Amino acid sequence: MWNAIKLVVLGLIVLFAALAANWGRDLAYQVHAIIILAVAGGLFVWTLRHVGDERVPVNQMEYMDGVIRAGVVATAFWGVVGFLAGVFIAFQLAFPVLNFDWAQGYMNFGRLRPLHTSAVIFAFGGNALLCTSFYIVQRTSAARLWGGNLAWFVFWGYQLFIVLAATGYLLGATQSKEYAEPEWYVDLWITVVWVAYLLVFAGTLMKRKEPHIYVANWFLLSFIITVAMLHLVNNLTIPVSIWGSKSVIVWAGVQDAMTQWWYGHNAVGFFLTAGFLGMMYYFVPKQAERPVFSYKLSIIHFWALIFLYIWAGPHHLHYTALPDWASTLGMVFSVVLWMPSWGGMINGLMTLSGAWDKLRTDPIIRMMVISIGFYGMSTFEGPMMSIRAVNSLSHYTDWTIGHVHSGALGWNGMITFGCLYFLVPKLWNRERLYSLAMVNWHFWLATIGIVLYAASMWVTGIMEGLMWREVDAQGFLVNSFADTVAAKFPMYVVRGLGGVLYLTGAIIMCYNLWMTVRAQPKTSDAPAMAPAE
Amino acid sequence: MDTYSLLREFADSWMLLALFLFFIGVIVWAFRPGSRAVHKDIANIPFRHEDKPAQDTEART
Repeated sequence: MWNAIKLVVLGLIVLFAALAANWGRDLAYQVHAIIILAVAGGLFVWTLRHVGDERVPVNQMEYMDGVIRAGVVATAFWGVVGFLAGVFIAFQLAFPVLNFDWAQGYMNFGRLRPLHTSAVIFAFGGNALLCTSFYIVQRTSAARLWGGNLAWFVFWGYQLFIVLAATGYLLGATQSKEYAEPEWYVDLWITVVWVAYLLVFAGTLMKRKEPHIYVANWFLLSFIITVAMLHLVNNLTIPVSIWGSKSVIVWAGVQDAMTQWWYGHNAVGFFLTAGFLGMMYYFVPKQAERPVFSYKLSIIHFWALIFLYIWAGPHHLHYTALPDWASTLGMVFSVVLWMPSWGGMINGLMTLSGAWDKLRTDPIIRMMVISIGFYGMSTFEGPMMSIRAVNSLSHYTDWTIGHVHSGALGWNGMITFGCLYFLVPKLWNRERLYSLAMVNWHFWLATIGIVLYAASMWVTGIMEGLMWREVDAQGFLVNSFADTVAAKFPMYVVRGLGGVLYLTGAIIMCYNLWMTVRAQPKTSDAPAMAPAE
Repeated sequence: MDTYSLLREFADSWMLLALFLFFIGVIVWAFRPGSRAVHKDIANIPFRHEDKPAQDTEART
């Protein structure tokens, strides 16, 4: 019965996608229709061939780790893709000739920039969150994932979302909302996938064997729910035609801008912060082999963070049509947010108290600690930049880009690398990593890369901010815009080199993880085969 | 009164108070007497059940 329903639904999707490929009004929509046609058609054939198969009963006394292994591979893969795109567009800014004539309209900076941001945030960060949250929720609930193969649907559905989003950007389907560029049908698809994700996660929590919900799960659940809410509100658009990718948002002007930055800042707050804090609260204690410094502080950290973050968005709209009271509100909450952020940082760092010697011997814990350090640094810089007077200098300059990257490369990237180094030997039952020396190389390449990146962006950002506002004795502007562009060239090159170092580190990581799986001996006692206690 | 003003006035009075009281309540609850032992137990969850789920009968090992 279930197979019959699946076949009917897939058949209808194939039919609709075939019509859409034919009648589509723009190239992006037609390409997407063909992708969906291929995926749904392939699934149709696959389902049909497996109709009569006997169902293998699932052992509820094992964790569901296959989907996590797939997520680890996807995280590493999309990470390299995203970093590569970032390095390329960094050099496009330094050397405009890299906006090749033959690829105009597809591979110029404007098209590749959202590809880079979405690849690193949603593809790399999103897959890291998917696989670590599935790992954490099972271990801390002492229960197998709820929903059977629904977790696989979440994984593959999310990869399809990434492919649709990425191809859409290159072909020009965008709703021009930063970090929410995908058009209406991609938005609808990710909504379905996200609801399934929530069901798997919440279902596992519901059948947990531990009486309490560990704090990491609180952060991860708030991330899933809040991102769903943000996504739905910020994408309330009406398609111009069901056969085209273009859609129009239901509100206009400053309301639209406010909704966008309520979304945009909370995407940072809940996707890149709350979710990754969930990773921190599980993997840092695991790697340090001691419980979190203060569980009470983690509770206060959680509630203070979610109560404050949601109001901070208006600081993106200082000196705009947004009423002053709203941008003041955003600014005040951003500054107050400094406190829980540093509370969380202290909680993560102090988890190592009594085990500081591990910093010397364990490059993985070093990676996690520097990521918490960057978390502290960027959550200090952010509130400072949200203050109206500082923002009048920093806004629209590359200082903002530097700030984002110290958070994204430093905090999100480094904690993810630490988690991958922790997870791969565990998930593939290997005794140890292939090479700790390579982890060391990765650590230093990435750290020096971030330092080059952040420092060059501080210098160039403040320089261009000052150049823009410089006036002569008569009150005329001294510099033209092109003057600032010319002055920024050396810093752009340094930034690109920082990106090259960071990318090199990630490639070394991929090789190390690959060799861990390929060449390291299996642990003698594979956990799945362990006798019952 | 138009909807905007009504909602705005409600948001910066009663709703603000309610959210603030909830937040204070959470912190007070975290510091309730006897929470230390509970928190110590929860903080050690990551070190149990690393390799396989708990049996139906046992709550924890």
